Amino acid sequence: MDQGHIRNFSIIAHIDHGKSTLADRILQLTDTVADRDMREQLLDSMDLERERGITIKAQAVRVAWKGYQLNLIDTPGHVDFTYEVSRSLQACEGAVLVVDAAQGIEAQTLANAYLAIENELEIVPVVNKIDLPSADPDGAALEVTQLLGGDPADVVRISAKTGINVDQVLDAIVERIAAPEGDLEAPARALIFDSSYDQYRGVIAFIRVVDGRFETGSALRAMALGTQFDAEELGFMSPSRVPVKELVAGEVGYVITGLKDVSALRVGDTLTTRKGAAAKEPLPGYKDVKPMVFAGLFPSDSDEYPELRDALERLKLNDAALFYEPETSRALGFGFRCGFLGLLHMEIVRERLEREFDLDLIVTAPNVAYRVLERNGDWREVHNPSEMPAELEEVEEPYIRASIIVPKEYVGTVMELNNERRGNFDQLEYLSPERVHLTYDLPLAEIVLDYYDQLKSRTRGYASFDYDLSGFQAGKLVRVDVLVGGEPVDALSLIIHREFAYDRGRLLVEKLREEIPRQMFDVPIQAAIGSRVIARETVKARRKDVLAKCYGGDISRKRKLLEKQKKGKKRMKQVGGVEVPQEAFLAVLNLDGDKKK
Amino acid sequence: MSTDGTNVRHLYVHLPFCAHRCGYCDFVTVVGRSDHHGAYVDALLLELDRERGVLADPIATVFVGGGTPTFTEPEALRRLLGALPPAAEVTVEANPETVTPELAALLREGGVTRVSLGAQTFAPRLLEVLERVAGPDDVRRAVHTLRDASFDNISLDLVYGIPGQEPSDLAHDLAEALALAPEHLSLYELEAKPGTRFTHAWGDELVRQSEAMEGYFERVVETLTAAGYRWYETANFCLEGSAAGGRDFRAHHNLGYWQGHDYLGVGVGAVSTIGRGDGTAVRRRNLPAVFRYVAALSVGADPPREIEPLEVATLREERLMLGLRLDEPLPLRAVEEAIDGEALERLVERGLIERLRADGGEALRLTNRGRFLGDAVTADLLVA
Repeated sequence: MDQGHIRNFSIIAHIDHGKSTLADRILQLTDTVADRDMREQLLDSMDLERERGITIKAQAVRVAWKGYQLNLIDTPGHVDFTYEVSRSLQACEGAVLVVDAAQGIEAQTLANAYLAIENELEIVPVVNKIDLPSADPDGAALEVTQLLGGDPADVVRISAKTGINVDQVLDAIVERIAAPEGDLEAPARALIFDSSYDQYRGVIAFIRVVDGRFETGSALRAMALGTQFDAEELGFMSPSRVPVKELVAGEVGYVITGLKDVSALRVGDTLTTRKGAAAKEPLPGYKDVKPMVFAGLFPSDSDEYPELRDALERLKLNDAALFYEPETSRALGFGFRCGFLGLLHMEIVRERLEREFDLDLIVTAPNVAYRVLERNGDWREVHNPSEMPAELEEVEEPYIRASIIVPKEYVGTVMELNNERRGNFDQLEYLSPERVHLTYDLPLAEIVLDYYDQLKSRTRGYASFDYDLSGFQAGKLVRVDVLVGGEPVDALSLIIHREFAYDRGRLLVEKLREEIPRQMFDVPIQAAIGSRVIARETVKARRKDVLAKCYGGDISRKRKLLEKQKKGKKRMKQVGGVEVPQEAFLAVLNLDGDKKK
Repeated sequence: MSTDGTNVRHLYVHLPFCAHRCGYCDFVTVVGRSDHHGAYVDALLLELDRERGVLADPIATVFVGGGTPTFTEPEALRRLLGALPPAAEVTVEANPETVTPELAALLREGGVTRVSLGAQTFAPRLLEVLERVAGPDDVRRAVHTLRDASFDNISLDLVYGIPGQEPSDLAHDLAEALALAPEHLSLYELEAKPGTRFTHAWGDELVRQSEAMEGYFERVVETLTAAGYRWYETANFCLEGSAAGGRDFRAHHNLGYWQGHDYLGVGVGAVSTIGRGDGTAVRRRNLPAVFRYVAALSVGADPPREIEPLEVATLREERLMLGLRLDEPLPLRAVEEAIDGEALERLVERGLIERLRADGGEALRLTNRGRFLGDAVTADLLVA
């Protein structure tokens, strides 16, 4: 198809504002999917996505509308996946911005909307859910145009649920969004904006052809990583795979690579041909996404270690950002130290392991990557607090440049939060009389636990938050160890700023005292820096645990109770003879919540 | 320990009738219905006849439990006692208010050697919580009546942990019980068993007070051992030494359960555990349905039953669980394979179990502190 008849677009929206429902209606209206085959929210193919109402992995669907080829490129909607979102947006010329007619603009919409503007996308504003009794379409339209400019009359008012005016959205996409302007004769270049893994066909890359043409069978190369392969099949999604002979400049589609390792192709990389006129310059914007948040994953039942290993191997095929290496913990046995893009990513991986692979896991509190100066003058990266030297002379921790957009009445609140989290103020600018853009430098360690939740709750959900890693900086850090029954529990060690060590240590042992059930003996719980104990609590011994009556008619019942009691113990981890329930290993996650009470 | 199914030495007989069903009770009971007592006893004797082949001759103990055995219509009770095989220890459970001189005489004539009285508590307001009919005076009178009929082996049941029971109430109960100088005492913590009326009404209160009541068991043991009683089983105490005149006042019938001996139970809801001669055993439980029980036996059939086969390993586990309730050493050889060796070492180190030599072999015994935590210790000790 000639580029003049192609439109590439994304839909961006705050969670629950109706992105997936709109996508479903578009598929129906364009006869891409027959009504009878329509499953709700077809684009979100993983169960987890459908349940959480979020999109984790982007996908692209081609639809036909009035003689035009429209490519809908779906985007993930969370801060952990900012980079993936930005690549998806870069594959488009425009974006449909969906705003809920009752709720108006919300924080999360903005980060993605600004991202779209940064990528020079044409924005088609849409107000959704106009059929709701509480809807205020005019108010919502006004808000959108105040922010983005334009005429409120141009805002399309729809109900994705009932299908009202969805055709107008498609018309607006054709009319307002620019056609791609690639050079058909130039050396071939395509942006990889997503990839997935098919167990029979290997890695499948989703691409936007920018220049030139790609043909089935041609020899290809990923420019940043240097990976080479042949295009076994080219095609587009509609919504299942439809093979084609070639994909040309402006088009969106997939390449079946036959590669067996998903990490051989990275989102953001540029594909070109190996023969003939290969491109010299890759497309801009590629970043090597490195996991910055780490946590230990251990099977509750140590017999399940091989299953956990297999499951991680399989997840990794679909998720290049997931990192893992074997880890041995004295307290938790054999497991893996895993690296994630952020907390949501971690949560998703954990849930997929438990749900799709039926594993029962213990996840330790997450930490960031640290850089430690070795005696020989080399810097070593450490992913696990227990690997840290006790005396942390020279340690660096990752920092982020945080960008927070918030209504002006919350500026004080946000500053207060950032100060609590060791943030350094950078700048403040007014985006409009109502909205303020704050930038801060923050240690990543301070945001991995609950920063986002705190930011949202303290600003009643209005703050939008985005960040970029800005490198490593030296920090006054100490390692706090936890001893249960006199024995250090490696899985509970944490690295923390010296100033917070006492408070955190105290809160942690208090929390653990609540989580560890009373045993047959007193159990001291201590927090220590090196050999110096900074906090101590005791779980007092139980004094009685025996059923009084046991005669001839009671024996079977009693035996079964005992077996149940035994089973309950098996679920706990033995640390120096103390039964520690799995919840205790997450105690550190809830410390801040408690502090606020 | 286990028999081959022909020389069982312990017989349990269940008489389910009661004047009133107490809220906390989860035994098989039938309220009133004195016109049915005769028919039930007929059926019970038929069952006993059918099972006589498994019993040794003579047997060691009989225990007549309930319900309220002494609420059973006197003629039926007399007939039953007369038909039971003779034994060195024949115990009958009794509620204090049912103990009259006539009943005492009936028991004596029936060969009863031991009476177990359900006193529960001496505090009237707590008796009310338990919905007990007898008052404190009924208990005292019952003991004297039994003494007058020359019963020299009387046991009192007491319950602690009753909602609203203060430490002073417990001390008072123990003092009152000791004043009656019973040969034997059973002390039960009130259990909120699921499904009982009592649990429905008091369950939350029991949870609330559970921590405060943790020390009650310790006080019971301290008080009774100081008064010269032997704490021979988790919940059971008996006179010993000179106070016992050299006699062994342990409940020998119940000792049979705890030592892992076979037993035959007859009557509704009664449980039997009988060896098969190959180290395994069968446990059967007569279903708690009085009319079906009577109907089946009257036409010459077995009463409806649940059957639970017990493998060697299961029996060993039970042997451990029951044997550790006693103050006498449990031979290690009998239970060794059920034990997690590492756990044993840990528990010995923590002073909850002691290893000792008895009868020429190694044996185990819980320490005093271990006995208060008996279930947790046993669960820890079992191989996973």
